Amino acid sequence: MSTNAPPSFSNATVGKKILMAITGFLIIGFVIVHLVGNLQIFIGQHQLNVYAETLQNMGALKWAFRIALLVFFLVHIWKGIVLWLENRSARPVSYTKETNQESTLASRTMIYTGALIVFFVAYHISHFTLLDCHPEYQSLPLVDGRFDVYSMIILGFSEPLIAALYIIFVGLVAFHISHAFSSLFQTLGLTKPELLKRLRLFGALLAWLIFLAYASIPVAVLAKIITLPGGGH
Amino acid sequence: MNLTLHVWRQKNANDKGKMETYQAKDISDHMSFLEMLDVVNEQLADKDIDPIAFDHDCREGICGMCSLVVNGTPHGPERGTTVCQLHMRHFKDGDTIYIEPWRARAFPVQRDLIVDRSAFDRIMAAGGFVSVNTGGTPDANALPIPKKDADTAMDAAACIGCGACVAACKNASAMLFVSAKVSQFAYLPQGQAERKARVSNMLAQMQKEGFGNCTNFYECEAACPKEISVKFIAKMNREFMRAKVLKD
Repeated sequence: MSTNAPPSFSNATVGKKILMAITGFLIIGFVIVHLVGNLQIFIGQHQLNVYAETLQNMGALKWAFRIALLVFFLVHIWKGIVLWLENRSARPVSYTKETNQESTLASRTMIYTGALIVFFVAYHISHFTLLDCHPEYQSLPLVDGRFDVYSMIILGFSEPLIAALYIIFVGLVAFHISHAFSSLFQTLGLTKPELLKRLRLFGALLAWLIFLAYASIPVAVLAKIITLPGGGH
Repeated sequence: MNLTLHVWRQKNANDKGKMETYQAKDISDHMSFLEMLDVVNEQLADKDIDPIAFDHDCREGICGMCSLVVNGTPHGPERGTTVCQLHMRHFKDGDTIYIEPWRARAFPVQRDLIVDRSAFDRIMAAGGFVSVNTGGTPDANALPIPKKDADTAMDAAACIGCGACVAACKNASAMLFVSAKVSQFAYLPQGQAERKARVSNMLAQMQKEGFGNCTNFYECEAACPKEISVKFIAKMNREFMRAKVLKD
């Protein structure tokens, strides 16, 4: 038997992966709930603004949710970087010729898509939540006494560059999830060979669904399918 | 057939090493890959060049000694085959073949294509065993084991410890090896006594040896000459959680 005590759960090789899997699962859950919220833009201005106001009025619950989400992200990022550094150092001399038999491009680029997602999330929060980089949104007229999220989104996505960056952003998120989904079940030991095949397929489908659904909003704005209530902008 | 070989040459563990190019002449397609290297070594000896050092023993695909990465794939392009059982008929005249050693911090190169795999022995010593008091031979049917469990344990025990899973993994992780060794005992009654300590200690030793972490690429399963399934990695992850939840 080895004389040293095994590392603690959060430092053990499988422990770190389990933390990645659980936080990743919760973040995927958030991505889906967030999407359901966003898609209400297709119902109309009133629906979206009421929904946004409901979320904003949740008070302590809203903050509990935000802090929890921040913790999930921080743990996921922290353990992800630790795993990546360890994995890099595990092969100091690389192969002259390397082949890929089973691994997907998404699986091999998780650290890069993950890093890009962090930057996009920072911009996204600044853009639509804090309104730092677009202070003009704060002067949007209230509609029925509510902040006009509907018009803010249409104004934002009317700029093709912002819409394009957003589509790239949700594309990266979807690509990351395409590997993450089945991977988290494998890490949590919830798979069997046949089930793993189906989970991998479902992960790819889920990723496409998330990408198309999120991207549909900027596309609909640019295609003028959803427009400002006043007609133009 | 004639081939162009790009082979990793390294004098000893401290040498930097580099790829060298050799021509392999008059190779029969009936030869195994290792027999092809034997012929090349004779041709090199005629030119006063040191023969290429590579690990081999049984040449029957059961000992786990041979360990060549052929064109970027451990044990070469044939699935479920050790490189000693890979035949030259899978190559064409004029082919270029890259031959490299297993690449992992935990498997330091000793010479040319030979790596030191004693890290695996230390992982086994950390928990890959069953402690029993020896005595009279037990009666054959004294310990009933369901057929399904016996079969699954046998599938895991098919691992020959060659290290192709480590060589194939982009993270040089030994998860498939460790999971096979953990699982072969976890499915059997004899393995129950040390079940919790085994998974924790073997994984801890894997980490200590400098192997990477699993990120579910599944390259290991594709490279494994015994086609060990990644289902055993899922099994080991369950074993790890079980060991953490069920405290003594």
